[in-house]
Amino acid sequence: MNRINTIFETLKAEGRKALVTFIMAGDTDAGTAQEILDALPGSGADIIEIGMPFTDPMADGPAIQAAGLRALDSGADMHKTLEMVQQFRTKNNTTPIVLMGYMNPVLAFGPEAFTKACAECGVDGLILVDLPPEEADEIAPLAQQNGLHLIRLLTPTTDMQRLPNILNGAGGFLYYVSITGVTGTKSANVDEVGKHIAEIKTQTDLPVVVGFGIKTPDDAAAMGEIADGIVVGSALVEQIGAGANSAVISTQVQALKDALKAA
Amino acid sequence: MTDPAQTQHPANSLHTGPDEKGHFGPYGGRYVAETLMPLILEVEKTWHAAKEDPAFWEEFKDLAKHYIGRPSPLYFAKATTEHLGGAKIYFKRDELNHTGAHKINHCLGQILVARRMGKGRIIAETGAGQHGVATATVCALFDMPCTVFMGAEDVQRQAPNVFRMKLLGAEVVPVTSGSSTLKDAMNEALRHWVANVHDTYYLIGTVAGPHPYPEMVRDFQSVIGQETRDQLQEAEGRLPDSVVACIGGGSNAMGLFYPFLDDPSVRLIGVEAGGHGVETDKHAASLNGGTEGILHGMKSYFLQNEDGQITEAHSISAGLDYPGIGPEHAWLHDLKRAEYVSVTDEEALDAFQKLSKLEGIIPALEPSHAFAHVLKIAGDLPKDHLMIMNLCGRGDKDIFTVADKLGVEL
Repeated sequence: MNRINTIFETLKAEGRKALVTFIMAGDTDAGTAQEILDALPGSGADIIEIGMPFTDPMADGPAIQAAGLRALDSGADMHKTLEMVQQFRTKNNTTPIVLMGYMNPVLAFGPEAFTKACAECGVDGLILVDLPPEEADEIAPLAQQNGLHLIRLLTPTTDMQRLPNILNGAGGFLYYVSITGVTGTKSANVDEVGKHIAEIKTQTDLPVVVGFGIKTPDDAAAMGEIADGIVVGSALVEQIGAGANSAVISTQVQALKDALKAA
Repeated sequence: MTDPAQTQHPANSLHTGPDEKGHFGPYGGRYVAETLMPLILEVEKTWHAAKEDPAFWEEFKDLAKHYIGRPSPLYFAKATTEHLGGAKIYFKRDELNHTGAHKINHCLGQILVARRMGKGRIIAETGAGQHGVATATVCALFDMPCTVFMGAEDVQRQAPNVFRMKLLGAEVVPVTSGSSTLKDAMNEALRHWVANVHDTYYLIGTVAGPHPYPEMVRDFQSVIGQETRDQLQEAEGRLPDSVVACIGGGSNAMGLFYPFLDDPSVRLIGVEAGGHGVETDKHAASLNGGTEGILHGMKSYFLQNEDGQITEAHSISAGLDYPGIGPEHAWLHDLKRAEYVSVTDEEALDAFQKLSKLEGIIPALEPSHAFAHVLKIAGDLPKDHLMIMNLCGRGDKDIFTVADKLGVEL
């Protein structure tokens, strides 16, 4: 069974919300990223998203743009991203790993080779930010064959008419983008997001995780009330960019975890 | 002018692209963030309704005539023809349009679409500033607020156009992310759009971006090819043997090519910016020196490395300095319906000076690329070969760059 399904069953049984943490592969260099990644489960991350560096991340704000460029400058590429996951799996075989990024590096690697390599390295899901359901045919069947969930994005602009389109072929969990904007910019309106998620939940049994604009333990607690989990990315990546080591990141993740528990 | 909607095409026609999902063969499509999808679908719906509405075209034609100054002349370039001693050469004079280039054609069309959508704000990206100026122009005309994203480096290099945009009432936002050039300006415009979907229309400056932009911009620009066809019919009583246009994103070339796609006797020649040469790492020739990829909402050809990271484009002409190309060109390239060649910075610079002296027309550096190719091939063609070159922009904006390259201080 896919590790994503397992973790959500466990979380449900324990009455907990998922803490999803995002870091960029190879940021600030391969060694630092590996060390931070390896320590994340111990500090409370339930699911880990790893960004696949790309020169032109059109849905990301300044923090994640900068992280991608730092990684590329230090020699990151798709092979090294996959190696990073492989390395992690020698120590941890339970925490789900989701690769998140843009289609072009995937296309350059070859969708078939990429999905196969993902499965071999221990990846559980994919989030491809610039691949709406309308274009997903190129990779959806390959992801399925290789046991990878294609995780779909929902946004405040997703209306009930479009929803079935997105749910069709969605797996693992749904990623609710809580703001109309890029990553790490404004803060979300919790009431509006909560109402929309409740509406979405009438149409699907998939867990809904909220991301974009969650920075502080308070944000985490508030969003934890209305969703099955939260994603923190830019706030961690900013710290990494400022030179934080894995101990600093662990403390930050632990604080988010505590806030989410209290929710 | 013929409305694209009023023409019926046979099933095997090249005029049938794109398909309902916006694909030209394997290219095109809608590779955008989910937040934008509902809006992109709305742009498509509004555009397709407008395309079928005679009142829409009536307004477009009226403004094209009285505001832009269409039709632009088709000019027999006698001196060039005699100088080269081969093909009979005509110029399509789109540099005589209001604002000095063809960009105004699709700006006018798109702002009419934005108005039908009820969007009150316009955003655009610009490299050299030509599309930015044209966008700011139509925004002034329709009294709509306009924000133009421009790479910080380009803001420095293109100060006169930045000032023009400001005179026209636009806000110019210097973009410092990534490499601070055109592709980054487009990224930033998309990011801004994601954050302002409710009231904003993104007026894209070429036949690129997500569906329906490549189709829509092509349809507005195809006025160039349609007029050319009619004007040459009048002058020579027949179709041209070849048509030549420069290509960055490909809007002027697509506009010229489109009405001739189903006439196999007409050679379609697109001229990419070869920079220091396509064998170097300093050029902007996506078809001759790039590979298949996905960026800015579309699948097409891009300059990139083996890992799928987009690389910098280089051209002496800021208007051609883009690491991608419109998806319909990618398709025509694969089908071999159009031929795509490249000329270097140096060849374009020579052509710029030659055209100025031969015909008394100072061309923009963009069509100087097309002219450089005309200089290469026209002399070897028979005298009854009719060749048309799209003179898509005037060169006033480029005199500083050219003076600098020639070592002249202004």
